[in-house]
Amino acid sequence: MPNRPTGRKRTLAERTYLLPVLRDLARTGAHLVRTVARPEARVTVEYPEVEKPMSPRFKGAHRLLLRDDGGPRCVACMCCAMVCPAKCITIVAREDPEDPQEKVPVRFEIDLLRCIFCGYCVEACPKDAIRMDTGIFELNAFARQDLVHGMAYLTNLAKDARAEAAVFHRQHPEAAPPGFLPDEPLPVDPEILARPRRRVPPVTRE
Amino acid sequence: MSPGLQVLVVAAKIVFVLGFVLGLLPVVIWMERKGAAFLQDRPGPNRAGVLGIRASGALHAVADVIKLVFKEDVVPSGVERGWWALAPLVGLTTALVTFGFVPFGDEIRIAGQSVRLQVVDAEGGALFVLAFTSLSVYGTMLAGWASNNKFSLLGGLRASAQTVSYELAMGLTFVSVLLVYGTLALDRIVEAQAGAPWHWGVAQGFGIVGVPAFVLFFVAVFAETNRVPFDLPEGEAELVGGFHTEYSSLRFALFFMGEYAALVVSSAVVTTFFFGGWQVPFLDGTALRLHAGAVLAAVGIAVGIGASGGAVLALRARRRRFYRALLPADPRRREPLFWAVVWTVAALGGLGLAVAGLVDLPARVPWGPGAVAIMAQFGAFTVKTLFGCWCFVWVRWTLPRFRYDQIMDLGWRRLVPLALALVGLTAVWVVARETWGGG
Ligand code: SF4
Ligand code: SF4
Repeated sequence: MPNRPTGRKRTLAERTYLLPVLRDLARTGAHLVRTVARPEARVTVEYPEVEKPMSPRFKGAHRLLLRDDGGPRCVACMCCAMVCPAKCITIVAREDPEDPQEKVPVRFEIDLLRCIFCGYCVEACPKDAIRMDTGIFELNAFARQDLVHGMAYLTNLAKDARAEAAVFHRQHPEAAPPGFLPDEPLPVDPEILARPRRRVPPVTRE
Repeated sequence: MSPGLQVLVVAAKIVFVLGFVLGLLPVVIWMERKGAAFLQDRPGPNRAGVLGIRASGALHAVADVIKLVFKEDVVPSGVERGWWALAPLVGLTTALVTFGFVPFGDEIRIAGQSVRLQVVDAEGGALFVLAFTSLSVYGTMLAGWASNNKFSLLGGLRASAQTVSYELAMGLTFVSVLLVYGTLALDRIVEAQAGAPWHWGVAQGFGIVGVPAFVLFFVAVFAETNRVPFDLPEGEAELVGGFHTEYSSLRFALFFMGEYAALVVSSAVVTTFFFGGWQVPFLDGTALRLHAGAVLAAVGIAVGIGASGGAVLALRARRRRFYRALLPADPRRREPLFWAVVWTVAALGGLGLAVAGLVDLPARVPWGPGAVAIMAQFGAFTVKTLFGCWCFVWVRWTLPRFRYDQIMDLGWRRLVPLALALVGLTAVWVVARETWGGG
């Protein structure tokens, strides 16, 4: 046969075809024995139950970091909103009532449905106020709005990465940024609210 | 035997054989999926479950059936309606009919009458097997032609060309087998293989005749059943779904079942010709009845040891990362315990069998030895057939698919001359055996 990619002549044993077949059967058979005898040797991670350890450099959902006094580090400089190629960061700024020389965000929303997780916002921030180190990649929701993460949620992630945007905002409507929630809150399945969380705490590098 | 009783016996045998083949189908499908996964270092299907008991993915077959039943039955426009509807039935029917010729146990005596455990004890059984296995290609061809689809047509064409090519090698190997046994009746072929494994067909002529015959036959069977490495008719990389592209819902399920029924039946036929059919190694029917107690005890002990091992493994599974990561409310948490209990019950059953065998219970009831013998023989047949199916699975997930010209080359230029040479060799050996009484 002309199809001989190695360019090497086949040996007689190879040309019988059956002997290599037997060798290959033995090889796959060895894999079978190993897979059955040592379930931990399987390559599959049985995902929702078992999770792979996340790399510390993994770019997951964003969070906003806080200053030592509890206020957001963000100074609403708009660098991130400017650099964002998906134009998915919305910031509304105002004067800091305590220190009129400072600018603070009143609204800071990231539309994760449009975000392409490029990480430019993290690079651009002069204050190291925004990071993507939560390790959250299961971004799913029953309403699109729930994937527009507002400031309360983003800063809350700095404290507790396990909170979920929709659940958090609906449980704490007072903490939601103005205009975030519709007048009539969407009905939430109580089962979802009661759902236990099992995510590992994120890698924090303060 | 009165005609009424005869009809009843035949009907019972038919129902039994149908139940056997159709009952093995989910087992073989499960074996295929799980075997494929294990050969590739994967855990395989393991999500479908009832109350947290997932049975290693065995329930996926049930889920599949439910899904296929509720799917829409799409009839594409332009199909040859009648032939198109007939095609999926052909494969399954021919496979089931073929099984009717395969003996699955020794003669038994019911009410003073001897009953052969074979639906049709035809004198020319082997020829019928050959005929019906080749008929199955009509299903593929009809599907390909009637679907009004180029890909289906190509798949059907490939199937017919391939089957015709391998039919020849298969028929010649049949000649060799028949020369050795001197009969076409499958029950007598099995009877000739009684006793030790070196009386089996595969060991004929000290293996010089038997092994090549087996290999040639096995390769031809792969091509006949369109299994990898010869599954070109449905080569999905080139032909979408091949001949069953246009079939959905239950019609597709029929093709699927037909494929696996053909697998079971081919493996039963290979067992019958080369691996002693229902013969228990080293123990022919008389010996089985004589040592019924010992046989029962041996089976019981084997079951007991195996099931105890299963129970230990089931309990050890709790240490796996998967089970440790489950939430407290997850019903799958009780799975290891459930299987441990099941295996323990099985082990106790094995213990019961062993005790019954050791006190020689079968000898104390008139039908005891016969019942043990028939169960042992049928069990041997089932185990051999399932192992044959496993070999099909094993090969499928080890070898890549052949190219079309390679298949034709292998069939016509390698297998046919080899099979011809084998017939000559067999003839020489048969004459030598008759002359010098060897063998
Ligand atoms: S990761 Fe990229 S796309 Fe997403 S918000 Fe930051 S800059 Fe925009
Ligand atoms: S770049 Fe940093 S400081 Fe500037 S608006 Fe964005 S998050 Fe705030």
